[in-house]
Amino acid sequence: MAHDAQHYNLDQKFEFKASTKKSIMTVLVIGAILLGIGILMAMFGGHHEEGAEAGEHAFHWYERLYANLWINNVYFTGISIIGVFFFAIQYAAQAGWSAPIVRVMLSLGNWLPYAAVLMIATFFLANHDLFHWTHSYLFDKASPEYDKIIDGKGAFFYWPMAKGTFPAFFIARMVLFFGFWVFFFNKLKSLSYAEDTLGGSTSWYKIRSMSAYFIIFFAVSSSISAWDWVMSIDTHWFSTLFGWYVFASWFVAGLSAMTLITIFLKGQGYLEMVNENHIHDLGKFVFGFTIFWTYLWFSQFLLIYYANIPEESVYFIERLSSDVYGPFIFVNIGMNFVLPFLVLMTRDAKRHGVFLKLVCTMIIAGHWVDFFLMVQPGTLGHNGGIGFMEIGMFLVYGSAATMVILGGLAKGNLIPKNHPMLEESYHHHI
Amino acid sequence: MERDTHFVLGVYDDEDVLLHAVEEVRASGVKIDEVYSPYPVHGLEHVLGYKRSRLPIAAFLFGMLGTSLALTMQFYMMRFDWPMIIGGKDYAAFPDFIPVTFEMTVLLAAFGMVGVFMISSNLKPWAQPRIFDVRSTDDKHIMAIDIANNSAMDLAKIEAILKSSGATEVNKKSFD
Repeated sequence: MAHDAQHYNLDQKFEFKASTKKSIMTVLVIGAILLGIGILMAMFGGHHEEGAEAGEHAFHWYERLYANLWINNVYFTGISIIGVFFFAIQYAAQAGWSAPIVRVMLSLGNWLPYAAVLMIATFFLANHDLFHWTHSYLFDKASPEYDKIIDGKGAFFYWPMAKGTFPAFFIARMVLFFGFWVFFFNKLKSLSYAEDTLGGSTSWYKIRSMSAYFIIFFAVSSSISAWDWVMSIDTHWFSTLFGWYVFASWFVAGLSAMTLITIFLKGQGYLEMVNENHIHDLGKFVFGFTIFWTYLWFSQFLLIYYANIPEESVYFIERLSSDVYGPFIFVNIGMNFVLPFLVLMTRDAKRHGVFLKLVCTMIIAGHWVDFFLMVQPGTLGHNGGIGFMEIGMFLVYGSAATMVILGGLAKGNLIPKNHPMLEESYHHHI
Repeated sequence: MERDTHFVLGVYDDEDVLLHAVEEVRASGVKIDEVYSPYPVHGLEHVLGYKRSRLPIAAFLFGMLGTSLALTMQFYMMRFDWPMIIGGKDYAAFPDFIPVTFEMTVLLAAFGMVGVFMISSNLKPWAQPRIFDVRSTDDKHIMAIDIANNSAMDLAKIEAILKSSGATEVNKKSFD
């Protein structure tokens, strides 16, 4: 019984077939076409007068494009970093069950460098259209539009520069977070792949301590990035659990992504040693963190609703009483809580790929809606909504990220063949 | 229910031996009544051929009962019995009810599950547990075989099967 895992082909590599690439590219092209139609509709649509009549600043079609870029930047960055985070958790917790799929988790991080470039570029392209606090008149005491509250928060964005000039602190945080995330991802990846040639347990110990450092860094950076990239859109408003709420949203989406990739690889005939027990564990994580997300979403909502302090409840009034966003609040709860909760409740549903595939796909779409509801009301107001542009941009980002992630996965061994706990994972039985 | 009183006991030292023994004994056609062990042996219920517990179904039903009870109770109290405006909300303000509903769901699911488990395992306070061998609370695994259940098989043959499966002792135990 000693070396059962050796019966499996541990040297197999994921071959990124041309047919798979072709279907991903097809989705990308469909997305690009939808995006193009959406842009054309927005350019020639009759939204300009509406905004002007209401006495607001005129609405430009490209604002909606920027908002879409931002939603997907934040969302796919999250899925990507969650892959690295969950990989680190496996090592820090000394988990044995997940040994054959740790590289699937880690592969999500391949999107991070692209996400970093896109995020920083989008910020410089769209700052005034996305972030209210980037307007310098808000900090000018002589200006009629001087805003005392935002002036009070100004240093968080602009330090050490003068408020209203260059958001040095904000940019520094963005660069620092992406820099460290990419650094940790590369470090963990090279350590993990070095294990294939070195053997022994030294790599495992190194990965474990590196994982612990990463988790400490991520604990702080995930919260702050949520304030910076998402919460600062609604500059006046704040919520103390916003960082965890965004993290939970990322986490469920990331877990769903790695579950989908695992099931896809199994369907292609890879990962022979992954059986329904491992799938069951992934399913339990998806199920459990679906409820965790709901808990945070509802905690944020209930306290604001119950206390009814105007500066807090404006956030939900903007969403719930809006014709554009109101229905999506319920779509959000339905897709991310009610349906996954009911479908994944039984043991059989978590052990069979069909249900998990369905639910994970729904969750990935559902949490995109969650980020849509976080970003669009504050940036576009009543000019937002889910149309061709939103669906197209989501498909373009999703297929590009899938392309990069699967491409990265194809580069090395699929299973860490010298992982010290491979044997334990083989006997995993629940 | 008439309880059977005559048993053959196989005593095992090691859980690995026990797991293989259970397979062997069942394969030879002997029906095992129960296996007693000092700690949970992983995979034992599997080799004994036990069906999966249906306790989750009870938990779900009791949970649903809790949900509906909690919602009915709050809705009746807040809307009809003693309507009160709290925090400027409607009488029946649904979001306010969620925490209580959640707690009632968990409470009834847990209590219901414990109750059903106790009834189905005959764990009542006045139950008289049968002690087959006190060493099953210390360091021995005890396989109990009901003689009346295996009347088709010769007693000496059952004992031989137990011996050959790795039992360190084969004893008999009768209850009044």
